[in-house]
Amino acid sequence: MTEMDTLVEIKDLRTYFYLTEGVVHAVEGVDLTIRRGRTLGVVGESGCGKSITSLSLLQLVPAPGKIEGGQMLFYKPVERNGSAGMIDVIDIAALDPKGREIRDIRGNHISMVFQEPMTAMIPVRTIGQQITESIILHQGVSKREAREQAIDMLARVKMSRPERVIDDYPFQLSGGMRQRAVIAMALSCRPSLLIADEPTTALDVTTEAQILDLMRSLQNDFGMAILYITHNLGVVAEMAQDVVVMYMGKVVEETDVKTIFLNPLHPYTRGLLSSIPQLNETITQPNRSRRLQAIKGMVPDPYSRPKGCPFAPRCPHVIPDLCDQVEPLNVQAEPGHFVRCHLYSDITSS
Amino acid sequence: MPDQASQTHTSAAVSSSTEPLLEVNALKKHFPIQRGFLKRVVGQVKAVDDVSFNVNQGETVGLVGESGCGKTTTGRCIMRAIDPSSGEVWYQDPTLGRVDIAKLDNKEIRLVRRSIRMIFQDPYASLNPRMTLQEIVGAPLRAMGLIRGREIEDRVAEMLTLVGLRPEYMRRYPHAFSGGQRQRIGLARALAPSPKFVVCDEPVSALDVSVQAQILNLLKEMQEKMGLTYLFVAHDLSVVAHISDRVAVMYVGKIVELASTAAIFSTPKHPYTEALMSAIPLPDPRPRDKRVLLTGEVANPANPPSGCYFHPRCKYAKEICTTTAPVLEEVAPAHYVRCHRAKELTLTGAIRPSL
Repeated sequence: MTEMDTLVEIKDLRTYFYLTEGVVHAVEGVDLTIRRGRTLGVVGESGCGKSITSLSLLQLVPAPGKIEGGQMLFYKPVERNGSAGMIDVIDIAALDPKGREIRDIRGNHISMVFQEPMTAMIPVRTIGQQITESIILHQGVSKREAREQAIDMLARVKMSRPERVIDDYPFQLSGGMRQRAVIAMALSCRPSLLIADEPTTALDVTTEAQILDLMRSLQNDFGMAILYITHNLGVVAEMAQDVVVMYMGKVVEETDVKTIFLNPLHPYTRGLLSSIPQLNETITQPNRSRRLQAIKGMVPDPYSRPKGCPFAPRCPHVIPDLCDQVEPLNVQAEPGHFVRCHLYSDITSS
Repeated sequence: MPDQASQTHTSAAVSSSTEPLLEVNALKKHFPIQRGFLKRVVGQVKAVDDVSFNVNQGETVGLVGESGCGKTTTGRCIMRAIDPSSGEVWYQDPTLGRVDIAKLDNKEIRLVRRSIRMIFQDPYASLNPRMTLQEIVGAPLRAMGLIRGREIEDRVAEMLTLVGLRPEYMRRYPHAFSGGQRQRIGLARALAPSPKFVVCDEPVSALDVSVQAQILNLLKEMQEKMGLTYLFVAHDLSVVAHISDRVAVMYVGKIVELASTAAIFSTPKHPYTEALMSAIPLPDPRPRDKRVLLTGEVANPANPPSGCYFHPRCKYAKEICTTTAPVLEEVAPAHYVRCHRAKELTLTGAIRPSL
């Protein structure tokens, strides 16, 4: 049953960057599971490895970065002789980053929407040229047919006058419209997984609301899974069904979206939640001297990871001689709720 | 319940019945659009178009709106970082008395800038990488000739301690610091000449949430310690709600609504404010009901629509909205709205029952 549900399973992924200053362990043993048709939100602050995890999944880690270990199993559905339900398991981590197999996956089975829509597009090519490129490449259809599909896609992302926009250049569109075009491009081959890396961070709040709404309705129509990377907990609450929280290259907590907000366990997750201003409270009980519960200190220097739990130097519940010495294991604190913290270690040992 | 809250909040916000510290009156900033070799002026971008508001001593006024609405330009005109096209900016200067900043000459504006300071959005671009912290934080003191030599060093050390940095860092360069620490340095520089009024232009939007919380706390702490008054320009509505006593909402160069924070967020009276409230991504996993999604795009400030600038996107628009521009009116005590239908509409705020 779970076999059928699982689309991507990342196991102990390690992606390191070899710089002159030292080795940065950007992704240091990430485990996560993306299920078919669902949205997994990945939350964390800058430098926690959330973007590198998603780039690893497409074998797009920029030099001097390298995938050093782990597995990324992609359960690729295949249709043989019309019988659906067969699954090919491909370990993306083992593929050649320049090889034919990963090229077949990129843009076809797994595609990506980036933060800045202008940099995700080629400025000297029309929207249509950029959308049809992947349709022609992956589906082997004629130019005219690809163009029709592209117009259809632009209409699906609620672009007004798609038959005109298709011949526009990216600079002729507003930020929100560009992001719609990028989403159309990403979905043109009906991928089973869409990676969305902060797709609304560069947009205004009302445009953001439109794009989030659009992505939800497209997910309903196409049934793709979404890996939604963001630092905004509000966006996670709206988009995700499952959530992982990352800190310094590791997943520190994993559960469903309700639990992450109502019963967060990891001190870092709790810290993140109490760092954001609570609108309700601010307005119904105005108090000028109210302070936010900030997490003390800052993310450690990536070249010198602390020993033990990477959050120990900032943690309000640190256990001396344990947290700063021994790295905590991932434990299941409740069914389906995983946390990497010594505070909960005894639950499983009992 | 929200009504009660808004009343208590309003009375707290306007309790200082003395003359406002800053009075902005019909402020305008139009940028010419130039074309061709001769740079012929073919139009005007009305970035700030008739903006008026007051800021009282010791309060924080939030200025919100989407990119391009003129909120940053307003802040810069008040500082005279750019010259306004027209309008008045009356300010109670501790040495000069009540002056119109918009009409001061260069010498006087330098005096005023001792007590009006600014902190910027990008902590990487706003600090000179070739200056040490001592030079950066001490720069305003030297430029103003307030103190010299050893005294500057003492003051820099004092300021760094105040914003939570070690005074030993004084000889280091900005590259050695993280975004949050750099924002602390920017704050130390702004506060070094003991100002009264600080224009904060998106001071936390480049920061991660955990660091953002630290800086917001620091801003509040400094306000209490030094009796500061803030104009807080930002687009993150939860942050603005947290820090502001009153909020002004801008749309295409105009203030469309101005009221106490509680009133803006719980009982908005302008349809644009309602749409903004509805768009805030709330950290609350429960499904939302009836979200107001705006259609269309923000109006072009070089070629705005007729009547109310918001009418093409407004679901409450009527005939009059397409022809006549509404004016900013006081529809409830201290609640100003620029909308023809403000009195008849009942709009939804951002408040939800707690989790």
